[in-house]
Order: sequence, then C-alpha cells, then structure tokens
Amino acid sequence: MAEAMSQNRKAAFSFARHSTGIIASVLFLAPIVWTVLSTFKPAQEARQPPLPPWPTTGFSIENYETLNSFGDGLWASAQNSIYVSVMTVLLSVLVSVLAGYGFSRFRFPFRDFFFILILSTIMIPFQSILTPIFLVLTKLGLHNTLTGLVCVYVTLQLPFSIFMMRNAFDAVPREIEEAARMDGANNVTMLLRVMLPLVWPGVVTIALFAFLGAWNEFLAALVLMTDQSKFTLPVMMTALQSGRFGAIDWGAVQAGVTVMMVPCLILFLALQRFYIRGLMAGAVK
Amino acid sequence: MASIAIAPARARARTSLRQWVGLLYVLPAVALVTVFFVIPLGMTAWMSLHNWPLMGEHSFIGLDNYVAILRDTRFWNALKFTFYYTVVVTIAIFAVAFPLAIFIERPRPLTNLYRTAFFMPAVVGFASASLLWSWLLNVDSGLFSPAAYDLGLTEKKINLLATFQPAFWSIIAMVVWKVAGFTMIILMTGLQSIPQDLQEAAVIDGAGPFARFRMITLPLMRRTLALALILSVAGSILAFDQFYIILRGGPRNQTLTAVYWIFNQSFVSFKLGYGAALSMVLLVILVALSLIQLWLLRKPAGLDD
Repeated sequence: MAEAMSQNRKAAFSFARHSTGIIASVLFLAPIVWTVLSTFKPAQEARQPPLPPWPTTGFSIENYETLNSFGDGLWASAQNSIYVSVMTVLLSVLVSVLAGYGFSRFRFPFRDFFFILILSTIMIPFQSILTPIFLVLTKLGLHNTLTGLVCVYVTLQLPFSIFMMRNAFDAVPREIEEAARMDGANNVTMLLRVMLPLVWPGVVTIALFAFLGAWNEFLAALVLMTDQSKFTLPVMMTALQSGRFGAIDWGAVQAGVTVMMVPCLILFLALQRFYIRGLMAGAVK
Repeated sequence: MASIAIAPARARARTSLRQWVGLLYVLPAVALVTVFFVIPLGMTAWMSLHNWPLMGEHSFIGLDNYVAILRDTRFWNALKFTFYYTVVVTIAIFAVAFPLAIFIERPRPLTNLYRTAFFMPAVVGFASASLLWSWLLNVDSGLFSPAAYDLGLTEKKINLLATFQPAFWSIIAMVVWKVAGFTMIILMTGLQSIPQDLQEAAVIDGAGPFARFRMITLPLMRRTLALALILSVAGSILAFDQFYIILRGGPRNQTLTAVYWIFNQSFVSFKLGYGAALSMVLLVILVALSLIQLWLLRKPAGLDD
C-alpha cells in the first residue's frame, strides 16, 4: 500500500518534471526553429506573419536567392565573415599556444608583469577604446581591412585563451619534458611533438571561443569596416534590416539570420564538451 | 624552481639564458596587446583632453570635455537608462536561470537534452538574436502582434516597438531568452560544488527545503553567485547591439544606452575627443565593477574554498 503510494508519487514527480522540461525547451528553441522554417517560404508568403511557421504555399529557397542580390550579396559578406573568423582562430591559437608555453615553462624577467598585463585587459571594455583602435589601424595602413579586424579580434581573445593555455601547459607533468629532452628534443619539437598533443583539448576550447567571438561580433565590425565590400554578416544584415537597400525584405532577413545562427549551433552541438569546459574554467578561477 | 638556486654558477648562467627564450614565446602576445590595447588605452586618456575632429587639426583643451559631460543631460539620461536596464534585466535573468539551474543540476533521465535546449540561444550571437527578434516583434510581418490579433487578444495589431514600455520589455524578454542558459550553466557549477552529505545532514536535522536553500545553498554559492552577477551587470552596462538593431535607440531616443551614446558622439558626430572623454567615464565605472568583483570573489579567510 505504502509502496504503491510512493510509486504514484514518483510517477507524478517524473511527469511534472518532464512537462516542465519540455515546455521550457520549446520556449527556448521556438524562435530559432520558427525562423529556420520560415526561410523556406516563397518571398510572397514570407512577408506575411509566420502563422503557421512552416511553408504553406510550397517549399522555396527564394529568400536565400534574394539575399544574394543586395549590395555585394550575401555570399560576399559570408566570405568576409568566414575569413575573419578562421584567421582569428588560427592566429589566436598560434599566439596563445606560444605564450601559454612561454608563461608556463620559462622564468624570464617581467614574466609576471606581462602575464598580469595581458589578463588585466579583460577588465577594460574594448568599447571604450574603439576610436583609438580606429586611428592605430589607420596609422598601420590596416584601416578598413579584414586583416585589421582580425588583429583586434585576436587581441580581445588573448586574456581568456592565454589563461586557458597556460593552465593546460601547467597541468603537463615536467617529467614528460625531461624525458623528451634526454632524447634530444629541442624547444620547438618539444612543443609541437610532445606538448601539443597533451594540451589539445585546451586548443579546441580556445579555437571554439575565438570562432564564436569573431563570427558574432558586431560593434567593432560596424565601426571599423566602412566599405560595404568589407562588411561581415552581422553588419551586412543590419544594413539590410534597417532598409538601406529599399523596403525591408523580412524573408531575406530570416534567411540571413539563419546563415548566421546555423554554424554556431552546429559547432556548439559538435563540441559542447569543450564549450562547457571553457565556461567552467572561466567560472571557477 | 628552487633547485636552480643550488646549481653551480655556470650551469645557472646557461639555465637563465635558456629561460630568456621564454620571452620570445610570449613576444607576439605582448606585442598585440601593446599595439591594440595598451596604446589605444593611453590614447583614449590623451584624446579626452583634446578637441579632436575626424578631419583637420586637433587642439588641446584641458578638461573642457569633462566639463561638457557634466552638462550633457542626454549622456546622463543614457547612463540612467543603462543602469535601469541593467537592474531589470539582471533580476529577470536570475529569476529564470536559477530555477533552470536547480532543474538540471542532478543527472536524471533527459537532463542533458534539456540543458542543451536551454543553452542553445546562448551560442547565437547578440546581433543574430536581435535581428531575429526584430522580425518577431515587427507589427506587420512579425509573430507577436499578428498572433495576439488573430487570437482576439487585441482589437488591432499593436506596434510593440512604438512606445517605451512594450519596447523595453520586449528587449528584456529577448535578452533573457538569449542569456538565461549561460547564467544557468554558471549557477549549475556552483550548485554541483555543494557537498551532497551536507544537504543530507541537514535533512536528518529536520531542515525543510527553504531552510536548506537559505542556510546551505546560498552561502556556499556566494562566489558563483557573485560571478554570475558581475558577468550579467558588466554585460548589461555595455549593452549596444540589441538597442541599435531592434530599436535604433527609439522610441524618441528613450533607449539610448551609454555605449550607444558614445558610438553616436564618436562615429556619427565624429567628436572623437568628446567620445574619448565619455569612454573614460564608462571605463572608470567598469574598472570599479571589476574591483568589486575581485573583492566579492576573494577566497573566504581561513577556508581553502
């Protein structure tokens, strides 16, 4: 009797838990799903309110095609975004792996000063130094270039990624290095052949954060890229959404938002473990 | 490290030379931070003392820009609005994220799936999320107004972005949707770090769920709570994307944030010197916040965490 009661209570609890979970999941996922489904409506239908969200007058990729007809086209901005994000990933990984190794394994003058200098930049909002960054880029001849934007994005990633990499190298036992050194490995082979495979998870984590940061950044790209052929996706889509190319085509906006969201969602789902690890590292320290 | 000190002098000289190589490894990072952060930071302070138009000569004007800030009521209004937004959105984010964190804290069937679902909007960029919601909130082609009209809740389609209250709360809803999953994960790590036997001991002592939450969970989560709080506050004070993309600072410039006002002064009016002085004010606020953070996150005295 008592057992049956507790069985009932358990079932009721489980039912309440899953209903809550499903309702909350639907609320969080609905805007994303709604948008992605709506993009496949014909342009005419996409202008109407999305009720229901899925196409009712036939499946179409018209919205993606129109998107390509604004200014230099979606594909041009997408290429800019891909270039900026990939370069940011490569450069920030390269610079942070080197620096993480240097900070972890060597004792040189001003080591602690440099480390604290790099970490403390996280306290200063980059929004407050955008104007001088603009002037510095002009001085360096990088004004209005994607390379200039990459340099800024890499610098913004450094405090987090160098902190991550130094901790990753710190966790590698020194005996491994000593053994490799006995075998005649020099610094560079040591780093590439011995250390890098051991700190690989940290590299994936900082690469993921660098990609998402660069792919999604808006304000710096808006300020620093003045030529439309250099626009990244967020800047291009905002120009489109503000009606800069005539009447706002909401179907095209949905399509653009989808193009911006999908890579982030796929990367996150594929590398979730590394993402959460990065969050934890940031949260615990 | 200590073993180096006892080594013979020559070996020590060689070792220390080898140690200098480390400088080469960190050089690229230091160079980037110097050129794209330290120098611009110094320039911001320097420029704030100048009348600095985009074209033409700049001239030294001392503290005039700062005096002008004192009289710039629109900046103070923007700052006031930014603080108001920060308080409201932070409360809203916690009100949603804390229950979610408790919900997914323990591994039970499907928990991972729910956690992933709640977190999905957090990996989407602020610009993407803002563009998405600017469509959902649109009066003619969007979702909310037409849906409310079709369901007979409103007599005509209401433009949510035309007046302050609905526009403001729409932004709050969008930000909570986007950020709650992120805050949830941080709070979850804090919840999981509380030893299970402590809770069980309290149950044996007859403590109810509320007493346990107040006496055990909250105090032991102090550092996690402080971290989530600071991240939310700092992020909100720097808010720009959603107000620029969805509202363009409207209706009637009522939703201009501090960063938005600096952006307008610097890159629309091209008053670079004045923009730099405004940036200095913002910078001081955020550095103060970081110092509060360091203080809140300090390890409790005598406890090894």
